[in-house]
Amino acid sequence: MTVQIIKRVVSGRRFGWLVALLMAFASLTPQTAQALLKINITRGNVDPMPIALSPFFANAGLSQKMARQIPDVVGADLARSGLFRPIDHSAFIQTPQAMQVGPRFSDWRIINAQALLTGKVDIDGAGRMRVEFRLWDVFAGQQMTALVYTAPSGNWRRVAHLISDAIYKRLTGEEGYFDTRIVFVSETGPADKRIKRLAIMDQDGANHHFLTDGSNLVLTPRFSPTLQEITYLSYYRRRPRVYIYNIDTGQQELLGDFEGMTYAPRFSPDGNKVIMSKSTSGNSDIFTMDLRTRKTVRLTRHSAIDTSPSYEPNGKRVTFNSDRGGAQQLYVMNADGSSIKRISFGKGRYATPVWSPRGDLIAFTKFTGGRFYIGVMRPDGSGERLLSESYLDEGPTWSPNGRVLMYFRQDRRNKDGSGGRTRLMSVDLTGYNEREIITPTEASDPAWSPLASLPGRK
Amino acid sequence: MRLKALTAVTALLFVAACATPAEETQESTGSGTATTSSASSSTTASAATAAPAAKKMVKPAGPAAGSQEDLVVNVGDRVFFGYDEYTIKPRARGTLERQAAWLRRNANTTITVEGHCDERGTREYNLGLGQRRADAVKKYLVALGVSENRIATISYGKERPVAMGSNDEAWTQNRRGVTRIN
Repeated sequence: MTVQIIKRVVSGRRFGWLVALLMAFASLTPQTAQALLKINITRGNVDPMPIALSPFFANAGLSQKMARQIPDVVGADLARSGLFRPIDHSAFIQTPQAMQVGPRFSDWRIINAQALLTGKVDIDGAGRMRVEFRLWDVFAGQQMTALVYTAPSGNWRRVAHLISDAIYKRLTGEEGYFDTRIVFVSETGPADKRIKRLAIMDQDGANHHFLTDGSNLVLTPRFSPTLQEITYLSYYRRRPRVYIYNIDTGQQELLGDFEGMTYAPRFSPDGNKVIMSKSTSGNSDIFTMDLRTRKTVRLTRHSAIDTSPSYEPNGKRVTFNSDRGGAQQLYVMNADGSSIKRISFGKGRYATPVWSPRGDLIAFTKFTGGRFYIGVMRPDGSGERLLSESYLDEGPTWSPNGRVLMYFRQDRRNKDGSGGRTRLMSVDLTGYNEREIITPTEASDPAWSPLASLPGRK
Repeated sequence: MRLKALTAVTALLFVAACATPAEETQESTGSGTATTSSASSSTTASAATAAPAAKKMVKPAGPAAGSQEDLVVNVGDRVFFGYDEYTIKPRARGTLERQAAWLRRNANTTITVEGHCDERGTREYNLGLGQRRADAVKKYLVALGVSENRIATISYGKERPVAMGSNDEAWTQNRRGVTRIN
């Protein structure tokens, strides 16, 4: 088999270790491959695609362990998406070794695998790992995509998530969201003395660790789109203010020392500004702070509570919630604060609007009839759809591809303080595949990271 | 240092929790504020002073004048709000009038008014609403002649409930403005 290798050097600020090689195979005829396996993710998926994730081939030692673990992590990613059904390993006939010369497709057709993942792991003496994978269309008997990653072996989980993203992209036509992290608020202790800590983990719950120690109440963390930074609210010295946390250095920086409370922060899409609410004399308005010049611009001037601002991904408009009409509703305005328009007109209260990274929808929290809902509507307010419902669902955050929402859910609490469990949930934009995101402690206020800033990803 | 501060806060919370039902009765009955309050405060006062008096063997006085306990027991440290509201209800006015009088007597104290909400609202909006409530209390006290510089405000939104259940009774107690001596 003729192999042509195109080398792509990837130089992320933080992720400089990763080198991806794209292998283009002479045997691959794109026109036939394109027309085959495809998942439509715009419909609720009731029939996940069966996929066989073969253990990778490895010669010896550490690489053998990873040759099993990497496809397992990929399988867990794909299964959680609700779009794939990994086939049980015990059904596999052909060995990883035998597949070094190519799959015997008949062996995979009889177990009804539509797609097949194979791969190979090598680790050199310096602990550097080379992981190669191939994705096959079993019924057409063709390779669909293939990539090689080299990385320090300690980063094997990330390589697995990159493989998940590549498979998701090849089969759905959309960017994946597996090479991402979640920052959230870890909650412990009784409700009246709740201890809240910032915590971060990979999208699949691995690599969990705390960022703050719980000595100060912290709320509503959000990722920077461009840097390893988080903006959040801290009650440090009993003064609720917006801070920026640097994930690499652990440094926390107060964002402007204003007289009143600052809260509800979120980065602008270019990462250069933070938009937030400032409260003075009981009146909350929205303003921005430029992170380089420290210049602030006030966007709303109204006696109402204007809060929870979120930028359109192109930076041109801002959505927020306000009770200027009597009760909380959603509004959209230009980024300079001009032409404010109400967009929500349904029954009940609407809050926490968050603009989709694709720009096409705004996710929100709705409260009506004693129940909370997570829903979406178009930026003009049309096409409202509710995706989840409970005693208390709140605070949606988008996957970077705009196809999945994460939020938190709190149960009713009993008089004695028991109950009231708080945890992270996710649901597809189609309203299917609602599931709990497992965290070591109770959890709230999730925020999804952007796809890791790897310039060579696309 | 931190531990000590925590203990103090815990103690205050305990005291505050004890005082809540008394204050609650007063607010919900809404009958003549002065009489109800003096009745409820005298019972609470005797209960609260019994323990320290027995322990220390000092004269069985009430809480030290000008202390948080004094404010809680003899004046009332909190007022309550309607759902998604921040107006000072007629029933809360009596409490704030007593607080203003107490602040005139204890002219050296400064206070922080905390604004709190029940859980039936989004976190960020409730931060704004809690701040509104704290500022509404502050404005009322200022209107009663308390100097603005003596009053700081802070919002806790729905982060620090005093009553645990997800029911009307708990929500009523949690929608509150609490006056604390600095």
